[in-house]
Amino acid sequence: MTPRALIPIAPGTNRDHDLAEAFRLAGAEPEAVPLTELRSGHRSMSDYQILAVPGGFSYGDALGAGRLLGLDLIGWFADQLRDTVAAGKPVIGICNGFQALVRTGLLPGDDGPAGVATLDANESGRFECRWVRLNPGPASAWTAGLVEPLRCPVAHGEGRFVAADLAAIEERSGVVFRYQPGGYPNNPNGSVGDVAGVTDPSGLILGLMPHPENHVHPWQDPLRWRGGSGNCLPLFRSGVAAA
Amino acid sequence: MREGSTQHAFVVGPGHGDVDAVRAAHLFDLPVEQITRYQLVHVAGLLAEAELDRLARTYCVDPVDGWWEHAEPARDAAPGAGERQIETGLRPGVTDREGAELVRVAHEVGLAVDAATIGTRWIVKGQLTDTQLQALSDRVLHNEVIERWAIGHLEPAFVGDGATAPATEIVEIGGLDAAGLEAVNRERRLGLDPEEMSVIAAHFSDLGRDPTDAELETLAQTWSEHCAHKTFRALISVTEADGSVTEVDGLLSTYLRAATDEIDAPWVRSAFVDNAGVVEFDETFDLALKAETHNHPSALEPFGGANTGVGGVVRDILGVSAKPIVLTDVLCFGPTDLDPADVPDGVLHPRRIRDGVVAGIGDYGNKIGVPNLAGAIVHDPRYTTTPLVFAGCVGILPHGSNPTAPEAGDSIVVLGGAVGRDGVGGATFSSQTIDAGTAEVAGSSVQIGDPIVEKGLIDVVIEARNHALYHAITDCGAGGLSSAVGEMAEELGAVVDLSLVPRKYAGLAPWEVWLSEAQERMVLAAPDPEPVLAVARRWAVDAAVIGQFTGDGMLRVIDGDDESAVIDLDCRFLHDGRPQRRMQAVIRLHRPVRESVRVATGNPTGDLVRLLAHPSIRSNEDVVRTYDHEVMGGTLVRPYGGPAGDAPADGTAQIPPGTSSGRALAIGIGVNALIGSLDAYAMAWTVIDEAVRNAVLGGADPDRLSLLDNFAWGRPTNPETLGQIVAACRGCRDAALAFGAPFVSGKDSLYNEFVNPNGSADPVAPTLVITAVGVVAEPTAVPITGAVGPGNDVWLIGSPYGTLGGSHYEAVHGGLRAGEAGEVPRPDPGAIDVHRQVARLVNAGIVVSGHDLAEGGLAVAAAEWAFGGRVGLELIDDPVTADPHVLFGEGPARYLLEGRPADAHRFRAVGATRLGRVTDGETVVIGPITLSHAAIGEAVKGHQR
Repeated sequence: MTPRALIPIAPGTNRDHDLAEAFRLAGAEPEAVPLTELRSGHRSMSDYQILAVPGGFSYGDALGAGRLLGLDLIGWFADQLRDTVAAGKPVIGICNGFQALVRTGLLPGDDGPAGVATLDANESGRFECRWVRLNPGPASAWTAGLVEPLRCPVAHGEGRFVAADLAAIEERSGVVFRYQPGGYPNNPNGSVGDVAGVTDPSGLILGLMPHPENHVHPWQDPLRWRGGSGNCLPLFRSGVAAA
Repeated sequence: MREGSTQHAFVVGPGHGDVDAVRAAHLFDLPVEQITRYQLVHVAGLLAEAELDRLARTYCVDPVDGWWEHAEPARDAAPGAGERQIETGLRPGVTDREGAELVRVAHEVGLAVDAATIGTRWIVKGQLTDTQLQALSDRVLHNEVIERWAIGHLEPAFVGDGATAPATEIVEIGGLDAAGLEAVNRERRLGLDPEEMSVIAAHFSDLGRDPTDAELETLAQTWSEHCAHKTFRALISVTEADGSVTEVDGLLSTYLRAATDEIDAPWVRSAFVDNAGVVEFDETFDLALKAETHNHPSALEPFGGANTGVGGVVRDILGVSAKPIVLTDVLCFGPTDLDPADVPDGVLHPRRIRDGVVAGIGDYGNKIGVPNLAGAIVHDPRYTTTPLVFAGCVGILPHGSNPTAPEAGDSIVVLGGAVGRDGVGGATFSSQTIDAGTAEVAGSSVQIGDPIVEKGLIDVVIEARNHALYHAITDCGAGGLSSAVGEMAEELGAVVDLSLVPRKYAGLAPWEVWLSEAQERMVLAAPDPEPVLAVARRWAVDAAVIGQFTGDGMLRVIDGDDESAVIDLDCRFLHDGRPQRRMQAVIRLHRPVRESVRVATGNPTGDLVRLLAHPSIRSNEDVVRTYDHEVMGGTLVRPYGGPAGDAPADGTAQIPPGTSSGRALAIGIGVNALIGSLDAYAMAWTVIDEAVRNAVLGGADPDRLSLLDNFAWGRPTNPETLGQIVAACRGCRDAALAFGAPFVSGKDSLYNEFVNPNGSADPVAPTLVITAVGVVAEPTAVPITGAVGPGNDVWLIGSPYGTLGGSHYEAVHGGLRAGEAGEVPRPDPGAIDVHRQVARLVNAGIVVSGHDLAEGGLAVAAAEWAFGGRVGLELIDDPVTADPHVLFGEGPARYLLEGRPADAHRFRAVGATRLGRVTDGETVVIGPITLSHAAIGEAVKGHQR
């Protein structure tokens, strides 16, 4: 059966179509659903096998990027979200979706103080859009089989990953993507340890700042005629396979 | 506010150092050592201490390292020794997303919050006097137009809800003479001509009554330069250069629309009729094209002005039922290193304008999720007092999916936010010149956008379109409901009840509700409003039914139970009653000084370095990277490419999301600040050619281009200024005909003039921006950005010689001095053949990379191209000589192309000239010039550190 991917849309979400395209190519059946439909009960997380929280500026980043969407998720949909995680469904949050998942506490998801993290303002103090190289780390449900670096754009102003206990996350193989070493601009936001993406302890919940959904067609690669590489479709295929 | 509601102020830490503010303070010689920002939250409501703590912890404080404390007395966020405190906050009524969200979420968890605003506490370290602190706040920390401030503690202030709305007033104009009418015109800032005032007086005299304030304001809006384009529709008596006199009956119809009609291109679906032009893209889809200006607001409140400029042009695209998919922006600023002492009173420093405008454009586009793909930044001293902001948008829609005929009985549905005193008078304001006092009176004419609401509008409109839920649609822009409903009701008439219009706060006069330019609103004519309202609810967008289209030809506006009409106007008078303006123009011919600067230099390498560092030529990569140019996943050619991502692209391209024909769209932009004051006719040819070149290098077919024109000039009542506009329009027509490229939409922004306190006027540099949009049949063949392969040949297509009049070479050698400029680029009707040749080579797949010759000519193009591709160049073949016309001359239809040696015969076959080759290494040789990558990088990117 083709797994169905739920892409929830808050006011200000804007990479829902991009994410849907990636899941479609990866063999899932994506559906972008406004939160109002989930609240009214027309849709439920239980109808889907994958939860994918897309990028954008939910609520205009008011009161901090991802904060209000995160509070929506644990406020309005606490039971559905708990069931989704308990059922072992793959969950991904990209950019603003990552920020929101961090606000829910699902990421990094460790118990106690090690579970505290935030995505702070970029070191440069500004929003920045550029292509980056992502080196995959330990394998997880989402990153199984990834060996070669992925390449895709970042587009964010608040992406510097700060964790209360990064060593603990590294220890349990939770850092699954790092920016190419060498400092700015390889690491566009100043994340400590060049951290670009992390999973929860189960490896089923992935959050990352860069946009792999914007490099799923070869023609999207700006270096396609200079030996392009790093198509991100395998990431989505892994997620779909885990569903 | 409910009874017992109290006000609270708290600050949220940790503070963040603001190095940009410190740097800006130093620009104004203020002895600031450090500035730290804290979030300042003002709340009104029934909140006990524990509830305030819950509110702050849940919604304001970061879980990792955040904290909050009462604003007074503060402990951790308080000024220490040698530090002072300033607090700033938005004025009540200014759009405040964060405050509104805090109220919303507080209600969801049952906290009794009535109102909230988010401001800033600034802790400033440095020995500053109160006068210096005031200067710091005025020039760096706040903008009086939208913000309040205080040294020390800023008292919370919220919009009151007890205010009583003023009633509709009757304005007594019956029996007034011309001087009396002019007094009314001035007092109400109507911006009407004396003839127009007398036609209005006669109309109401015939009706046997005086107009209401709302009627007068509606007429002023509808007849404003901004909405009615009076100058471009005027009867102009043109005194030609030879002394003969020509009558021109409407620039728009005589030149711009005439060119489009004559070309009669089969791909044009509609031109000049709706909010945007519509052209065919492929067998399924059309593209909607529009570019707008937002100059006056951006001069006063750069962030808000540019922000709402983007919002406005996006709604223009939505106004033809198209989904926005590309943004563009062309920005013109004064020198950012200008001595602050040289900035006149009432004008913001160019650097602050630039920073604010760039932030405003990025904020809006990034938040609505539409990629910003093309643009330019131009610097010239004549933009210091009159900066220009051009914002463009491309949209996509299925063939035939934009209904344009409202029917009698249709409901008038307004989508989007509530109205306030936002932008009341914006259209009349933007049709007048700015002076030192404008910032004080223009407060309500400038506003902040809310891109999140606009994103919702996009979703609602596209879903409503897909289900054919409306008969007509338009945006609420300048003039608000007055303009939107007025235009839709032109043939039918309508009745509107203002009491049904959602308001942000009480106390608005009926005419203010009618004319409010509250942003992010669209108006639909819906046969059945309920399905539209349901779609709006699904996307969490506010919507209201405010009236109906009638069919009786009268525009009637009432206010609830009040029986007396706010407006009762015949639509024919409103739309056709305006007398045609009569104007005078004088054409002056440019008399070039031959070889003016050619002999002035013996240092071409130094000249090239100066040109590469010229503010209009150097890299804007740092700016462009603050815009999202990847969202939607369709981007094919980005503004900057190359191995290091810093090679400037000429044209950019996108495969529109949702299409499947395999085609792409390409965009090229042309703009020039230097030629227009010498020869506006030549400027039109120059910028059209530049836009075409850029589009062709983005992969577009030059025989299938559509153009947008944007004029920005000074006061057209000056006959010489109008003469330049006439000449530019003639150039537009002639070039468009020569290229077979029709104009499909355009916009003129006039009165871009700053009146100094002594009465003298600084007009803007005459500026024409052309946007060319084309179709790419073969996306895989689009040339690479930046030169690529050592060993490949470098070919010049077009003439080796350019001209120096109005060139950047002239500009770096003393600038433009009247009577000292050389020959300007000559119009070249044969240029289209050159563009076709290049397109054929591109489509044949043999152009590895390319770069057009634009500002700074061959040498600049070659240096940018090689550095961007991180390869060397050796251009030493004949005709590369030390002649500045060859190295730095500018002119139409010239390209550098890179080809593999095996394809040399194919380049020769089309008459290309081999200049040399791409080399390994980091040295660029252009005739007598030798420069390293390091030197080029320093020149083009040094300012970005």
